[in-house]
Amino acid sequence: MDRFVDAFLNPAVIEKYLPDILWGMVVTVEVAAAVVVTGVLGGLVLAAIRSFRVRPLNALIVLFVDVFRALPPLVIILIAYFGLPNVGISLSGFTVLWLVLSLVLAAFSEEIFWSGILSIRKGQWEAARSTGLSFVQTLAWVILPQAVRMTVPPLTNRTIAITKNTALGAVIGVPEILMQAQTAQSFSGNATPLLIGSLAYILLFIPVVAVGRWLETRFAWGRA
Amino acid sequence: MELFVDQFLNLEIMRQAFPLLLRGLGMTLLLCLAVVPLGLVGGLAVALICRSRWRAVRWPAYALIDFFRAVPPLVLLIFIYAGLPFVGIRPSPFVAVCVAFLLNTSSYYGEIYRAGIDSIGRGQWEAARSTGLNVFQTLAWVIVPQAVRNVLPDLISNTVEVVKLTSIASVVAMPELLYAADMARSLTYNPSPIVLAAAIYLALLWPCVRLLSRMEHKVAR
Repeated sequence: MDRFVDAFLNPAVIEKYLPDILWGMVVTVEVAAAVVVTGVLGGLVLAAIRSFRVRPLNALIVLFVDVFRALPPLVIILIAYFGLPNVGISLSGFTVLWLVLSLVLAAFSEEIFWSGILSIRKGQWEAARSTGLSFVQTLAWVILPQAVRMTVPPLTNRTIAITKNTALGAVIGVPEILMQAQTAQSFSGNATPLLIGSLAYILLFIPVVAVGRWLETRFAWGRA
Repeated sequence: MELFVDQFLNLEIMRQAFPLLLRGLGMTLLLCLAVVPLGLVGGLAVALICRSRWRAVRWPAYALIDFFRAVPPLVLLIFIYAGLPFVGIRPSPFVAVCVAFLLNTSSYYGEIYRAGIDSIGRGQWEAARSTGLNVFQTLAWVIVPQAVRNVLPDLISNTVEVVKLTSIASVVAMPELLYAADMARSLTYNPSPIVLAAAIYLALLWPCVRLLSRMEHKVAR
């Protein structure tokens, strides 16, 4: 037991490296918040564009969504981080992480929003159009509000899963929680920072997971 | 444009890296063969435990699910691989990956099975039991087959996620596809091998993603 406490809950190590990990939490929250905003908005915009049903545009959107759904995020991150500087585009690790995760979330949320839009009956479109609303007005005031409501549970789950990928930033040197914990672990020769880092993630994400559960029951109702 | 092709689509480098990547692909497939069944079985166990009659069993199970859903899989993996040796447990990369995936993916599969089992009406239980089947027979022959069919898209979607997730094994020096590609990249100073790895992942997973997309949009009227 002593050995366990010494290895995982060493007070001296906690005292020395806790500030680093707290700082890592700030970075994780920053990336996560930025990814959620740009990713979900991007997905919503793409789904809205897709509902105009312009063929070449839709083909491009489907291609984008398929590719970003099929590729592991870490693969895209490595290509962007190590590849782009070689063609003269130097992005910081933070920017690469934000950009890649946003694109992945946009791809997934586009699919979810599009499913929501498709599940709204045709009569809703026809009724709205016949009251004199334009196509864009119908989409914005009639279709999307209903569609988005239906997509809340799957969207929340997906968003949580993709936001947790911020830990991949450790691979490209973004100073988020995992990176800080690993650095502290190798400096201190002690596993305490790894445990503290895991606890930091739990502290951040348990509330989100709980809210997700609540949303799932709150919005669980029959299709329109 | 020429620079772009030379850096990202360098056929010469891709050709050289290809055998290495193929070996990596073999390891990725082997990993999938280990972690997908582990997750599928673990998830079913989790789902059944969550339906237990006793609160003392149900609540810890829920707590564990939420716990493992809140910790990023990479953090879990590094904790197991780099943390446990400090108390004398030294898992090989393969074992570390299997344990991390079992803990992580069982929670996700468990939630999916749970939704599936919930979708089966009580009448099915009662009818099956009244024909003389016991609880386990009812589960195995009546409930689970229907439940699985109801949540098949979610099961496939999660499996695609698990296959993609095996790429994080590269971080603990497991010589799978991405690890091989990244090694080739650092040897050649050229990211083309990773692009080739991406193409292999695409070839593997694109058909599944297409299929899923169709299943998900089937409700369209």
